[in-house]
Amino acid sequence: MTIQFNDETFRDDYSFRNSQRAIDRFPFPFHEDSYMYSVNMEQHQGGPADSIYEKRFDVDEHYVAEMRDRAMVLADDPLRCQSLPHMILAGWDLLELIMVSKSEDYPDLFELHRNGNKWHWINKPMGIEDHFVFMDETTLPYGPMEYITRQTQGDFCVLDQREDNLWMDAGTVTTQADWSLDFDIGMNFFEWHAPVPLAHEKGIFKRALKFLLSIQQGAPARRLNWTMTVNPLLDTSPENYHKWGVQKNTLTLENLGSKQHLRVELQTFFRLPRSNALVFPIRCYLMSFQDIVSKPKWGRRLHRVVRDLPEELATYKGFIDNRSMMLEFLARYDDGLPTSFGVWPDEQGTPALQK
Amino acid sequence: MSAPAPNSTAPKIMGAEKIKVIVSNIVPLNDLVTRFEFKRTDGTIFPTFSGGAHTMIEMQDGDLKRMNPYSLMSDPAERDTYAISVRRDDHGRGGSLFLHQKVQVGDTMTLSYPVNLFSLDLRARKHLFIAGGIGITPFMAQIKQLNAANGKWELHYSCRSPELGSYVDELTSKHPHSANVYYDDQKQFIDLHTLLDGQPIGTHLYVCGPKGMIDWVRKTAAAAGWPKAHVHHEEFLAPKPGKPFAVRLAKSGLAVEVGAHESLLEAIERLGVEPPYLCRGGACGQCETDVLESDGTFIHRDHWLEDYEHASGTKIMPCVSRFEGKTLVLDR
Repeated sequence: MTIQFNDETFRDDYSFRNSQRAIDRFPFPFHEDSYMYSVNMEQHQGGPADSIYEKRFDVDEHYVAEMRDRAMVLADDPLRCQSLPHMILAGWDLLELIMVSKSEDYPDLFELHRNGNKWHWINKPMGIEDHFVFMDETTLPYGPMEYITRQTQGDFCVLDQREDNLWMDAGTVTTQADWSLDFDIGMNFFEWHAPVPLAHEKGIFKRALKFLLSIQQGAPARRLNWTMTVNPLLDTSPENYHKWGVQKNTLTLENLGSKQHLRVELQTFFRLPRSNALVFPIRCYLMSFQDIVSKPKWGRRLHRVVRDLPEELATYKGFIDNRSMMLEFLARYDDGLPTSFGVWPDEQGTPALQK
Repeated sequence: MSAPAPNSTAPKIMGAEKIKVIVSNIVPLNDLVTRFEFKRTDGTIFPTFSGGAHTMIEMQDGDLKRMNPYSLMSDPAERDTYAISVRRDDHGRGGSLFLHQKVQVGDTMTLSYPVNLFSLDLRARKHLFIAGGIGITPFMAQIKQLNAANGKWELHYSCRSPELGSYVDELTSKHPHSANVYYDDQKQFIDLHTLLDGQPIGTHLYVCGPKGMIDWVRKTAAAAGWPKAHVHHEEFLAPKPGKPFAVRLAKSGLAVEVGAHESLLEAIERLGVEPPYLCRGGACGQCETDVLESDGTFIHRDHWLEDYEHASGTKIMPCVSRFEGKTLVLDR
């Protein structure tokens, strides 16, 4: 299908909108009426037609606008993209993975022509066409990781694997849920996860690391994570907290439906063949509360999850101060009826709101 | 069609993805070692890999399905062909004999995707390789990878005799300054102390060969003050034959007799139970299994479990370890 790319912003006037198609395919993250951490991994080998799981790197209506926003963030703060010297090979691995995947999955949007090491890349939505020599950084306008991640939605952490651990040794991170690549660069898996409450005690990270270390070529994996964001802001970084943190105080019961967004991350994991590194793309999907409650099952469930979430988690995810207002809004969309298991909206089998 | 992400639990890893291949060339190198080359049956190209990776080769030997890991020793940038070099083991369980005696050009076989448990540390300023015998194979691919990227390396390769020195000619003719060869029968030995002493800061040390050589290199490096993270080794054990023994699988409610020439993992798989695995050689940790009950003696042979875990009698690596005694009940 041909994608209509939105002309929209993730800052200032916040003209970001989700079309009906985007609402229908939103990765609602709660499979039951409550939430607790789990490793919740599955193979990333396709998914239902037109779902965000179908392609290796999902391209949607926000693509061009997100890339414009990334370019602005990088212009203001070049340290959002860093690569330690030994990660250059992993950068080429990532460029190859994305170019091959996108040209195969979206042949109408992207083309890759390879003649030995002479590569020709065409990105139609962004109007980019480059000839370059694979593995020769001097033939590209940026390093290979920066070049390709300026053309791909989602943040990218490129993790070196050694000493039975993973190391945050490269990445492009401009759409993050309040963490900083510049702070975490060079840290290992346990170090960069240190701020997360409750999960360490549950042994989640030990198990997750063991799983990630064994991810093999040809068998990528995926999971979802989520948080809350006021206004459709991609760049909720600690570096810019002074700009976006205060916006949490602008919520009112009247504007909450359009301002408060559920922020869902599709996290995928690919083994990179030449470097044996692991790439961890974190793709952010934003949806306003008013769009979520347009699906009766999602409206009922979101109310129950937000209501019953442990206080530590609501604090860590940054919405403890607004929780009571969020619940007042969401309660209107919860009539107490049972919900079906699973994340899909199940619109055929779900009764309309009974109030 | 797959389920939505949050509904499922972590998928099990039972080996890597598979590739169907045809044996395209068989090259005897000397009395013991033969190179096998493969092309894909579907005519497409192979995935690239990183030097040090192995592939698991599946062999249908009569009723027996064998799976042995072999280092990929072809050029990682070469996408048309994968190559492995196999040393014939006349006293092993028969995997290498099967390859040497029964496999012919044109046969179809199954390989796994590359899995790397012996990766280069790309932070290294220099890579120092110590190889013994057939342990040369992962270095063949690593050397090709480093040469393509102008990486700095030095090889010290110990063989029994010139006749058994696989790839010596290729290495010394292409890399006369970096490849150093030592022959046991000419009383030539690696002077490890001097070698380690002369390395620039930032050098990483890699060893692949017989167990004795690996232990010697690791101990010598540790005594010389080398950081543990700078010393890398790879040793896949082939499962050893032993006395037959009985095992019960509590979760699946099944029981089986492990044959003399069969590993515990193979016997479990014969029942249709599939523990995860990657190396099948006691190194990767995937098939680690809890012991629920035992009355007898464990023969632990893996490199994965800690000594105290071996002594506890509560864990076993079924790919290489065995048991002698009356009762063994596993959490499988």
